[in-house]
Amino acid sequence: MTGYLVAIATLVGIRALLALGLNVQWGFTGLVNLGVVAFFGVGAYTAGLLAVAGVALPAAWAAAIVASALAGALLATVALRLREDYLAIVTLGFGEVLRLFLLNEAWLTRGANGITGIPRPLRSWFPAHYDLFYLGLVLGCVALIYLALERLRRSPFGRALRAIREDETVATVAGKNIVRFKVQAFVIGAAVAGLAGILFGHYLAYIEPNMFVPQETLFVWLALILGGSGNNRGAILGAVVLLGLLEGSRFAKDVIPFLTGVRLAAAQQMLVGLLLVVLMIKRPEGLLPERAP
Amino acid sequence: MAEPLLAVRDVVKRFGGVEALAGCSLDVAAGSITGLIGPNGAGKTTLFNVVSGLTAPEAGRIALGGARIDGRPGHAIARLGLARTFQIPRPLARMTVLENLLVYAPDQAGERLRGLVSRPKTIARQEASIRARANEILRFMELAPLASDPAGTLSGGQKKLLELARALMGDPRIILLDEPGAGVNPTLMRSLVARIRELHARGVTFLLIEHDMDLVTELCDPVIVLAEGRRLVEGPFAEVRRDPRVLEAYLGVPA
Ligand SMILES: Nc1ncnc2c1ncn2[C@@H]1O[C@H](COP(=O)(O)OP(=O)(O)OP(=O)(O)O)[C@@H](O)[C@H]1O
Ligand SMILES: [Mg+2]
Repeated sequence: MTGYLVAIATLVGIRALLALGLNVQWGFTGLVNLGVVAFFGVGAYTAGLLAVAGVALPAAWAAAIVASALAGALLATVALRLREDYLAIVTLGFGEVLRLFLLNEAWLTRGANGITGIPRPLRSWFPAHYDLFYLGLVLGCVALIYLALERLRRSPFGRALRAIREDETVATVAGKNIVRFKVQAFVIGAAVAGLAGILFGHYLAYIEPNMFVPQETLFVWLALILGGSGNNRGAILGAVVLLGLLEGSRFAKDVIPFLTGVRLAAAQQMLVGLLLVVLMIKRPEGLLPERAP
Repeated sequence: MAEPLLAVRDVVKRFGGVEALAGCSLDVAAGSITGLIGPNGAGKTTLFNVVSGLTAPEAGRIALGGARIDGRPGHAIARLGLARTFQIPRPLARMTVLENLLVYAPDQAGERLRGLVSRPKTIARQEASIRARANEILRFMELAPLASDPAGTLSGGQKKLLELARALMGDPRIILLDEPGAGVNPTLMRSLVARIRELHARGVTFLLIEHDMDLVTELCDPVIVLAEGRRLVEGPFAEVRRDPRVLEAYLGVPA
């Protein structure tokens, strides 16, 4: 049972990172990223491939973060220069293209077989309670990113992002180069998603393309909206509540007799949908609404 | 004659078939409060949008202090010392009144990611001085009691004052005011006029769109009449208002 809880907590931490990253993009800046899972995937795959090729983990991780950030910079620069509402479409497309790429370009990505044997960092140091150590690592990352993003939010940079979210025209008249700010915000979010991907891959020691499906992006959005977009604590809380709900409802299977596998999955989705509807009516700003810094 | 602070030459701006600006030329002398009047749809707001870099003109030249600004992005024009307000106020609704001003402060080291990491002291110092300045402007505009209210909750008249207050943060050389008096109650109006006069005395140039002729009479010299996207006449308001071409433009019939 403890092992199970530790596993859940680790996955919640990884989702919390994804929600924190999306919060910079959507919550602070108003940028629609429908390809969260792709930046997550770039991080996981870059780190995983380099690590199994024997690259030292710190270097592999740095490369993975740089790769996700670069992917973000490229997409945002292209999409934002084209037209405002293209970002949503471009990121959505990127998510699918990346998954197909991972599936089909087996020479690089090993295709549907996925990457096995991704080394687990400092495994030999913790022969007994490795999972606890890993949970600590993930929570440490969440805390670090939370503190950094909270500082960002309170800074003049964060203020400019919120101004852009409220009214781009006003931000322009105020002298802000909105394309620069948007690209930077997007890149920060992409890098945080990349970090989440690294932690994910090294945790499972195995990744394959179908772990990176659009539904993952949807869950990150749900978590953020549930928790309160614009609020970093809200992003974390949203991930906790959402995953807690999904995981908790598994046990319903043991209590309610006719609730078997497929039915359970459907019931879970209904539950999440219902929760979202109730929340949007009762508390549209999320569990923890945004507060002035 | 001295070089104008703002020079607009042969500017054309079309929206589909509508020629909102049809070869518009006008000058704003440094140190003036130039009025810009004209019937609805004359192209006054469009002129502001083009000058402030929010929309690109199809043709023409615009110079600020002798330097071409047409074709430059809006944020760059703002940094050259040109500020503007909006006809329909556009508060950053979920940000406080104070934050609305802070956003308008130019050259903030804390808006650069590298600076955030490497120069925390500089940023803290700058932030303190920006806040002091914003609070001073809020007192000047008599908005100080509302500083920590979300800007979206202000009354219509207060939002108009906020428009001007924000514009002051960048220490502009010229401010384009789009109907600053519209929807402002008489008490606020008196304070608005007093503020504009005071800023003018400190050397700020104004180009001011207004339908309220009392306000124009009180503040503006010269007055430019815009009609159908072009400058029709220019001169002191007392002369302009008697000009038969102006009457015709407003009434749509030969006077
Ligand atoms: N974004 C736009 N798209 C299409 N047409 C526009 C746009 N902006 C302005 N116009 C048209 O351009 C013309 C000039 O409009 P503008 O807003 O500049 O007039 P104005 O002089 O400011 O009028 P008012 O006194 O009513 O504010 C009008 O015919 C208007 O319908
Ligand atoms: Mg107008």
